Amino acid sequence: MTDPFGVIAVQFDAHLFFSRIFTTSSPFWGALVTTVYVSVLSQTFGTILGLFTALALRSRHRLWRILAFLYVLLVRGTPVVVQIFFIYFGANLFLGFDLFPRSADILGLSFSGPVLAGIVALSINEGAFMSEIIRAGIESIDHGQTEAALSVGMTHREAMRRIVLPQAARVIVPPLGNEFNNMIKGTSLLSFIGVYEIFQDAQTVYSADFMPVEIFAAVAFWYLVLTTIWGLIQVQIERRLGASELVEGATFSERVLGIRPRHNL
Amino acid sequence: MSTGDLVLRTEGVRKSFGKHEVLKGISLSMTRGEVVCIIGPSGSGKTTFLRCIDYLEPIDAGLIEVMGVRVGRRHENGRVIRPSDREGARQRGHMGFVFQRFNLWPHKTALQNVAEAPIIVRGVAKDEAHAEAERLLARVGLADKRDSYPGRLSGGQQQRVAIARALAMRPALILFDEATSALDPEMIGEVLAVMVELAAEGMTMVCVTHEMGFARQAADRVVMMDDGSIVEEGTPEQIFTASTNPRTQSFLSKIL
Repeated sequence: MTDPFGVIAVQFDAHLFFSRIFTTSSPFWGALVTTVYVSVLSQTFGTILGLFTALALRSRHRLWRILAFLYVLLVRGTPVVVQIFFIYFGANLFLGFDLFPRSADILGLSFSGPVLAGIVALSINEGAFMSEIIRAGIESIDHGQTEAALSVGMTHREAMRRIVLPQAARVIVPPLGNEFNNMIKGTSLLSFIGVYEIFQDAQTVYSADFMPVEIFAAVAFWYLVLTTIWGLIQVQIERRLGASELVEGATFSERVLGIRPRHNL
Repeated sequence: MSTGDLVLRTEGVRKSFGKHEVLKGISLSMTRGEVVCIIGPSGSGKTTFLRCIDYLEPIDAGLIEVMGVRVGRRHENGRVIRPSDREGARQRGHMGFVFQRFNLWPHKTALQNVAEAPIIVRGVAKDEAHAEAERLLARVGLADKRDSYPGRLSGGQQQRVAIARALAMRPALILFDEATSALDPEMIGEVLAVMVELAAEGMTMVCVTHEMGFARQAADRVVMMDDGSIVEEGTPEQIFTASTNPRTQSFLSKIL
């Protein structure tokens, strides 16, 4: 076979591909666990941060609004990779001490420094995006709902917690699902600062046996598995939240395929 | 009228939206058990006045007192004193407000809509609040709808749940903001019947309304507003049949 580019065109090695998917290598399983918990923790903290930022954006105190606005502007306007580097390397420079040591014990769990920095960076990044989603969710609820709550003697805080947020949650969950889907895939960026997650694992294997297609196809498969599981969970959450509503949520196949059944007129 | 029986007192209430002055100094007092209907052309400030009483709008000048307690912003020596979130909530808790568009909470059943405020605001135990809510739903004729979500109820039913919700806080005063204006004609009667019954039971009520039949039947006093001021007030008899005020006459001639 002639090979004008000097690259050896080989056939797809199905055996390698499947051995990477059904791997027994313990580094891989450790990496998978890291990918999952880093995604879950970052999304959780990011959502909480986003909620407070959304409330700050609506605060009657101007200082809160300005701080929240600047945070969102800064984070949304810069690449997440830059933010990850900045947090991991920059934090130590600015603070003059090791904010993210090689390993840290938090609540009895041991985190490596890069993992900790990664969770912090991804949470901060996510918070900015979630704040916009949550703000839009809150604003989609008719103001009459709040007024009715105030009129029976609730404080603004109680009205937000008991009346507005539960209703806004239904609006927030579908885009939140998209965010978490992105988050799962976005954890691959943490390989840049040396977090051993599944993309890093794939790169390590690749650097040893130079079979990029099979190895990266296999890691892509694993991302697909994770996002598909999340898709199933999301449908259940939306069902539960929408239980009292007359409108049916989209089914899983509709969501995955992005289509709604067409009604013949 | 003894001052101890005073439920509502407003003095010189002023309110502007931007440059437009909507309320030009409204003074109105009500005693316990009194039913006042506010009538007047649209844009006359009736609804805004009602919203100011419940501190859903801050006032620019004047004072509002419910059961002897100042409500909302106070203006002293050119300074504005706002009540805290909690103070404002406590002040509103003495009053019920029935909205034109019901504003029931769609994620809660009829029963939960009624029981929510007693549980959250008054700290009543859940069982007790639900029992009380059932009694109130029965009172507005909706005992069988306790587990229905608002989306499953007709407009008239929703408004009756909203009245039960307002009653659940045992208010000293209920404010009705055009409670029947958003309803289909065949549902107006059922809501007015509940309001008439409440009035007969001695509830203190302020009703902004276009239902002149209701005003005639239930009101102790009719207040005619135009252009941000009270132009005339009196018994239904005085207003509807014996008014000599040209603005009242002109308004009534258009709607009757």
